[in-house]
Amino acid sequence: MSRRLQIGRITGFIIGDAQAERAVPPTGFTARLTVFAAAVMAFLAVFALALSVASSGLAERWSQELAQSATLRISAPIGQMQAQTDAALRVLETTPGVASARVLSDDEQRKLLEPWFGPDIPLESLPIPQLIEIVETEDGLDAEALRTRLVGEAPGAVLDDHSRWRKPLAAAAGRLSLLGWLSIGLIFLVMGAMITLAANAALAANAKVISVMRLVGAKDSYIANAFVRRFTLRALAGAALGTVLGLVAVLLLPSPGDDAAFLSGLGFHGVSWLWLPVIPVVAGLVAFVATRAAARRTLKELR
Amino acid sequence: MIELEQVAYSYGDSELFSDVSLTLQPGSFHFLTGPSGSGKTTFLKLCYGELLPTAGHLRLFGSDVRALTRDGIAEMRRRVGVVHQDCGFLDHLPIADNIALPLSVAGQSPASEQENLAELLNWVGLRARAGALPPELSGGERQRAALARAVIMSPDVILADEPTGNIDWEMSQRLLQLLVELNKMGKTVMIATHDLGLIRAAKAQVSARVLRISDRRLQLAGADL
Ligand SMILES: Nc1ncnc2c1ncn2[C@@H]1O[C@H](COP(=O)(O)OP(=O)(O)OP(=O)(O)O)[C@@H](O)[C@H]1O
Ligand SMILES: [Mg+2]
Repeated sequence: MSRRLQIGRITGFIIGDAQAERAVPPTGFTARLTVFAAAVMAFLAVFALALSVASSGLAERWSQELAQSATLRISAPIGQMQAQTDAALRVLETTPGVASARVLSDDEQRKLLEPWFGPDIPLESLPIPQLIEIVETEDGLDAEALRTRLVGEAPGAVLDDHSRWRKPLAAAAGRLSLLGWLSIGLIFLVMGAMITLAANAALAANAKVISVMRLVGAKDSYIANAFVRRFTLRALAGAALGTVLGLVAVLLLPSPGDDAAFLSGLGFHGVSWLWLPVIPVVAGLVAFVATRAAARRTLKELR
Repeated sequence: MIELEQVAYSYGDSELFSDVSLTLQPGSFHFLTGPSGSGKTTFLKLCYGELLPTAGHLRLFGSDVRALTRDGIAEMRRRVGVVHQDCGFLDHLPIADNIALPLSVAGQSPASEQENLAELLNWVGLRARAGALPPELSGGERQRAALARAVIMSPDVILADEPTGNIDWEMSQRLLQLLVELNKMGKTVMIATHDLGLIRAAKAQVSARVLRISDRRLQLAGADL
């Protein structure tokens, strides 16, 4: 029963009261201003959202994937290389937190160096460090303890657990994501401020209408609704338009391919699509709250 | 219906009247006179809650105006029909919609009241002008339309502020006729006016009390009126 009443109230709000609509004449200027402001803000919100989604994804990937791997670099005279590599592998086998350790083959090492030295490097005759790729378990390994053990058993081995450069990058990505969310919050605040201004202008322009309605027995909610409904629907429509335009712009970003993982990540995938329809809904909500507050303030001046 | 007990009103420092006690009995007919600026319009505004007395007590339909909530004021106004001195129309709405405005703000669909509205338009002789905008009406037509709007909710009380303001004698007789008719139907009527001729004409038809604001007091006017 009360649920029916609720639904009735919502549909009533959307359909509106034709009489109230006619009593309060629409002001073309504030209507256009509201739609425009909502559309622009929604457009910006799409980009802020894309930024947040991409950088939070990045932060997560960097701090998870990289945290799961480390590299052991063995520098030794060519004669001792094999012995030290074997020693290091033995140490790793008994180190807690190491899921697997694998010596990179000459081919793989050659690939890593290719960008700098070209394809035909005679690896065998060069004193190039041997790399061992370590995959960590869920719990991760204790880097300090491993270093201490390596000093004794394979003095040429240097552990690079990626954390040195990983941490600031992941932190930066995380901060970027936070800034994106903050921007979205600010965008909606500005939208609320602009709608408040537009609503106040509309209320002031209709001061006579409001006072006449009040004098013939209109309740505050009836008068406020005539304004709230209009501004909410305008903001909803404007923001929907802006969201679609913003999305089109994001989709039209030139695809940079696999080389620039960050830029290609600037889009929506999976669950993050669900955030998009939230933008117009929040815009409508912001307009609802802002206009209602403005109408309440105006009506309080009136008996 | 409307009870005043030692009511005073002042705009800022300038007191218009004080110590006003009066009870409007159901079905009574009152005139309110006094020089221009004596506070007739102000007195009526107190009676429908647009202003609050600065002193004393005012009860509308049994409840103290100061205790009424905002929604309570709205509901009270549906029981008091007011003909405002300046009519108070919405100039962008046809006169028929203006007359029906109290119905629509009360949430009653005017569609279901079409018959009522047509009858009312007939009664005030505005049927042919239903679609006209308020600025397109003559003074007398506007006054009759204002009266029609005041009575569309079948209020218990009708307050009319200079309902014959700037219209000729014949037209004011017609308007008085309508108000007298309403009174005979049992409505409480109060008319603010300084048209003594109108008061005399009314006294020939109903037993009306004439009140006068002078020297910041509300007095019963003499028998000469
Ligand atoms: N909002 C207001 N603020 C200050 N003074 C006001 C206000 N409204 C009316 N007044 C003053 O109060 C006095 C009484 O005004 P009111 O309109 O009640 O007089 P009235 O008897 O209806 O006059 P009239 O016969 O000309 O219609 C006037 O001197 C007027 O200037
Ligand atoms: Mg007056």
